[in-house]
Amino acid sequence: MAISLNVNGETHEVDVDPATPLLYVLRNDLELNGAKFGCGLGQCGSCTVVVDGAAVLSCVTPVSLMEGREITTVEGLGTIEEPGPLQTAFIEMQAAQCGYCIPGMMMSAHALLTRNQQPSDREIRDALMTNLCRCGTHMRIMAAIRRAGELMQQAAAPSERRAG
Amino acid sequence: MRFTRILAAVLILILIVAVGFFALAWRSEIKPVAAADPSSFSEDLVQQGARLAAVGNCIACHTVPGQPAFAGGLALPTPFGTIHSTNITPDPETGIGNWSEEAFQRAMREGVDREGRHLYPAFPYDHYTRVTDEDNRALYAFLMTREPVRSTPPENDLPFPYNLRPILAGWKLLFLDKGPFQPDTAQSEEWNRGAYLAEGLGHCGACHTPRNRFGAVESDRHFGGGEAEGWQAYAINANSPAPIPWDTDSLAFYLRNGWHQWHGVSRGPMAEVTGNLGLLPDSDIVAIATYVASVMGEPDEARRARAEELMAQAAEGPGEVQAAPAVDTQAGAGNPQDRGALIYASACAGCHNGSKPQPFGGLRFSLSTAVNAPNPQNIVNVVLFGLPPSDGQASAVMPAFANVLSDQDVADLLAHMREQYSDAPAWENLVDLVARTRSGEYKVVILPADGIERGPENVGASDGAEE
Amino acid sequence: MTIVPKDGFTRKGLTRRSVLTGTGALVVSFALAPHVLAQQQPAAAPEPPKLPGSLDDARRLDAWIRIDANGDITVFTGKIELGQGIKTALRQVAAEELEVEPGEINLVTADTGRTPDEGFTAGSQSMQNSGTAIRNAAAQVREILIAEAARRWNVPPETLRAEAKTIVAQDDRTIGYGELVSSQLLAVEAQPESLLKSPDALRVIGQSIPRVDIPAKVTGGVAYVQDLRLEGMLHARVVRPPSPAAQLQDVDTASVEQMPGVISIVRDGSFLAVVAEREFEAVNAMRALQQAARWSEQAVLPDQNNLQAFLEATKGDIGTVAEEGSPEVSGKIFEATFRRPYQIHGSIGPSCAVARMVDGRLTVWSHTQGVYPDQEAIAEMLGMDLANVRVIHMEGAGCYGHNGADDAAADAALIASEVPGRPIRVQWMREDEHAWEPFGPAMLMKIRAGVGEDGRITGWNYDLWSNVHSSRPGGAGNLLPARHRAQAFSVPAPRFNISQSGNGDRNANPLYAFPNRRVLWHFVPEMPLRVSALRALGAYANVFAIESAMDELALLADMDPVEFRLRHLEDERARAVVEKAAEEFGWSSGAPKGDRGRGFAFARYKNLAAYLAVAVELELERETGRTRVVRAVSAIDSGEAVNPDGIRNQTEGGIIQATSWTLYEQVTFDDTRVTSTDWSSYPILRFPSAPDSVEVHVVNSPGQPFLGTGEAAQGPTPAAIGNALRQLTGVRLYDLPFTRERVKQAIGV
Repeated sequence: MAISLNVNGETHEVDVDPATPLLYVLRNDLELNGAKFGCGLGQCGSCTVVVDGAAVLSCVTPVSLMEGREITTVEGLGTIEEPGPLQTAFIEMQAAQCGYCIPGMMMSAHALLTRNQQPSDREIRDALMTNLCRCGTHMRIMAAIRRAGELMQQAAAPSERRAG
Repeated sequence: MRFTRILAAVLILILIVAVGFFALAWRSEIKPVAAADPSSFSEDLVQQGARLAAVGNCIACHTVPGQPAFAGGLALPTPFGTIHSTNITPDPETGIGNWSEEAFQRAMREGVDREGRHLYPAFPYDHYTRVTDEDNRALYAFLMTREPVRSTPPENDLPFPYNLRPILAGWKLLFLDKGPFQPDTAQSEEWNRGAYLAEGLGHCGACHTPRNRFGAVESDRHFGGGEAEGWQAYAINANSPAPIPWDTDSLAFYLRNGWHQWHGVSRGPMAEVTGNLGLLPDSDIVAIATYVASVMGEPDEARRARAEELMAQAAEGPGEVQAAPAVDTQAGAGNPQDRGALIYASACAGCHNGSKPQPFGGLRFSLSTAVNAPNPQNIVNVVLFGLPPSDGQASAVMPAFANVLSDQDVADLLAHMREQYSDAPAWENLVDLVARTRSGEYKVVILPADGIERGPENVGASDGAEE
Repeated sequence: MTIVPKDGFTRKGLTRRSVLTGTGALVVSFALAPHVLAQQQPAAAPEPPKLPGSLDDARRLDAWIRIDANGDITVFTGKIELGQGIKTALRQVAAEELEVEPGEINLVTADTGRTPDEGFTAGSQSMQNSGTAIRNAAAQVREILIAEAARRWNVPPETLRAEAKTIVAQDDRTIGYGELVSSQLLAVEAQPESLLKSPDALRVIGQSIPRVDIPAKVTGGVAYVQDLRLEGMLHARVVRPPSPAAQLQDVDTASVEQMPGVISIVRDGSFLAVVAEREFEAVNAMRALQQAARWSEQAVLPDQNNLQAFLEATKGDIGTVAEEGSPEVSGKIFEATFRRPYQIHGSIGPSCAVARMVDGRLTVWSHTQGVYPDQEAIAEMLGMDLANVRVIHMEGAGCYGHNGADDAAADAALIASEVPGRPIRVQWMREDEHAWEPFGPAMLMKIRAGVGEDGRITGWNYDLWSNVHSSRPGGAGNLLPARHRAQAFSVPAPRFNISQSGNGDRNANPLYAFPNRRVLWHFVPEMPLRVSALRALGAYANVFAIESAMDELALLADMDPVEFRLRHLEDERARAVVEKAAEEFGWSSGAPKGDRGRGFAFARYKNLAAYLAVAVELELERETGRTRVVRAVSAIDSGEAVNPDGIRNQTEGGIIQATSWTLYEQVTFDDTRVTSTDWSSYPILRFPSAPDSVEVHVVNSPGQPFLGTGEAAQGPTPAAIGNALRQLTGVRLYDLPFTRERVKQAIGV
């Protein structure tokens, strides 16, 4: 079945079984590496992407329901040449060991920071409740999210002045 | 119609207020005492109190998740407004440190605090009144040996006239049947022990019996099903909607472990109950199960036959595999039933048609009380808000689908499941119910699966409502 | 521009000329597969000189470093990136001695077609072995380049220096590395001694250079074998048996064959797999096959609630790990039994591999820790010539030891051999990884030790019971699919061996000085549950037991636990990390108040790698038994620190991972099946329970050898947590993990 998907601002036509979870379509049909297969059960958060501003577990998300919705993956946050604030912050804080869980963490953080660029420690932990990290990079991940919030605020500040 | 009902209620209330004021008036204060020395209580008495507190599930209401135990402050949504639980640690100023045992006994029996103020029946003294003096003594010993915590709970948020405590005197006159538990001599000792625990401290009926418009349990519909914190507390009498009828063994196993292979895991407020019962000896668990099973009674032939069939199917192995594209997606476009099947195939089948047993595998929905219940609220709650992981404890985990599924999607999915896994008639007004649950208009409290987890506060309804 | 001072070298009595004249005969041969080469060479010199690190195994410089005519530099390592940052640290080491920037180094990691054979990337030895080899090789290459420039210009080599990919003369003439190299210049055997730069001249080593792999990982670049997409690739899933001893009786594949996208069903004995065009089609077909398969199962697993009985019932050998003085113990005695359950590696990404069989030649892409051993095992499993099997490493999710990687590689290889032509991608499901990865073994530790009036330990008896902690492929029998095939390869008998670096007995011998000790390993050969190397092997449980006992002995001696440790430590570097951790934690200011306790522990990993001490502050919720590490402060000495932030990152991770093991983790099973098959039934630490802070203080030891870092925190962390709980509650916990139920039971209500 042909399904039209809006991913990272681009529209893609894919021809897939409509019962396919979104994760497989992102990885195999659109060849996006960011979202990872971790459990397929919605328990670990490796597959987290953002749909209409909210963090969603793509391994249990029916692709057929995604028509007309805005999907963002870690690829949509910036590029290796021009990383976005979250990516810059994760690089700056060296917030990865094996890195496998990190794109999922970043997408949960993206949903949080879009709402609130100065999240409390508690809010960060809560936002990451469904994201598992096995290397024990927790402290750096939390630090990187706080840092990304700062970067976003700094980026927003001058434009506000201009607007003012 | 609605107006006249409200008018009638108001008139009755005024009457109650009047009666309350003039007939019952104020209760006396019991003098404050110096905080009891924790070492003055025997270890045995404290241990016994701990077990009783577990039966009473005190910690669940008197603790804000993430905050010190028993320090109160938890918001309890009721149809009359929001009540905040009190601090029952032995802190003399903000807790019950200066309560004498006498004051504690009176609170349990009559619902009056040390200063003589009437307590709201969110504190289920209509059940606790059945508790023996001896058990209250043990509970008192247990609470007085907790860590004192200085913490004042927020004010209650109740509109007039519910904010007037004296009207509670009238409520008690009408609905409080004071006095200790009366054993039924025709029944076994075990049954009576179970009844004492279930009707008294266990206060099962506080959730499992429907309440009238004054918030009092309808005693003529004992265990007929009620609700708590946004969850359906299923009927646990002859009307139990469980596809496989409960018996003493399965109930005892469920209460002991928080799950049963034919029924799935406890969740919502019941998860706190089963989580707490861990301290109770097997004999008490079996006693409660014996009593509740007797209230449920023997299932009729048809139910029994259906149960046999379901058990045989389950024994064959996990759910029949729905090869996902078996649904004819091309032809069925726009047909809600098929949309539901599609959603099921990608979002649900991975766990619920897998081979993992209870309690961590997804339950076969043909065994699910939620899918077979008259009211779909619980399965709506679980689909929207999931079963959050219990940090560091093995627990059934299910992702929340609120951010994936629209109200219509959830309705389609549930319609499909009802059709596929239950003989009961289709649910009505699903979209509306999902919308009200999602928006928070209908408040649901979500806690991790083992209940007593001090997890983050924002999982569940409030989070969903902000989105 | 960096200028290397003339005296910037550790000359060790060598001149450059002697380095050059000492170079052995040019070996006119391609540098691939050095171990094969070595076998083909006639037995020449009786005993070749010992070379630094892994150079000793792959002795030619061009096996490690290649310089192209355009000046491109490629460094080859037989080690792999596991998330430990080795790709960055090895570049730093090479760049340092080659006088280039780390970004100018191309690094090729383990590939049986290209890189040296360095065995497994395990045991925190990458820097010790590969780092040392590459550093020495780079220094020697630099000297060869200088010598070649000197020859061409006819000037003394002492007057030249290397700088920015060129050799520079005193008169500022320069010549590029690329111009200097010829095809044979580096095709020489390495020398035992190198002119390494002196510690004060280092400009890249010791710098916290950002990891080279992180930018791609946070922007969606291809980073893992899971991301490999080859033309025409098919997707496979394996249907694993429901229990370790289960055998496939019967499976009706007809209906599954008809499912959409299904290409093939592979059945060989109890090995059952499905290949499909698309991934979700493979998943659906796998689910259908799970339903269709009928297995016979056997109740062969021990009683999970009494693993001690299982371990003690063993009839295996008893090995002496350490013996000194007499086994007599006097004074005040502490005696206890500690237990550790089976635990999993729990990679966040389940194992994955891609294999392609074309014209009888097999290529496998795998996140194995050892491409060469895997190549050998796969060739054996399929009855193929070694030369026709190539194993290429690509990263996977962190593995922390021997997880399902090799088995997934073997799955893919076996399926590709049955379905040749198109590449086959095998992705394990979560349940496969949880139930079928080899577990970290259960262990039992009994200790009896005494402390005298003088506050000194009088004697120490220690007995441990454990399986061997490695069942890595070395032989097809250690690959799951090889065991499940109709022509099954039997599981190799575990070998009992007491070695210096230790296995189940790793760190069983305390580093502390006292006169009498006896340490025995009661070897458990039976392996009803498959076990293998999990980060730190036996050191996790042994250090837990030893350091718990140290606190108890300190209590018996009425001494502060840090002071008590220092009293028994003679190694200055050990004392330094203990003192540093205590100071940074603020140990002298006393125990925290309220429901918080503090604990301390120390170990030198393997008694020969990094030194690490850690202090933790632990919070306890008495009503629920829930504990949380609030703060951890550690100090680590890994020798010469190549990348201090890398060391910190690894150590922070080690502390948090070991915290998760210690508070929550155990494999569960009934008499037949493993029942912990996902994150629901095998929970690990989530963010709400992460500490508030984890500090790692790197104690640098310039000029000292690189010491393994990655596993150093695993042993001390559980002990520090147990000691904190003891300090807070007065109760000692002997059983890992410290679940809420156990804590509640121990402290009473």
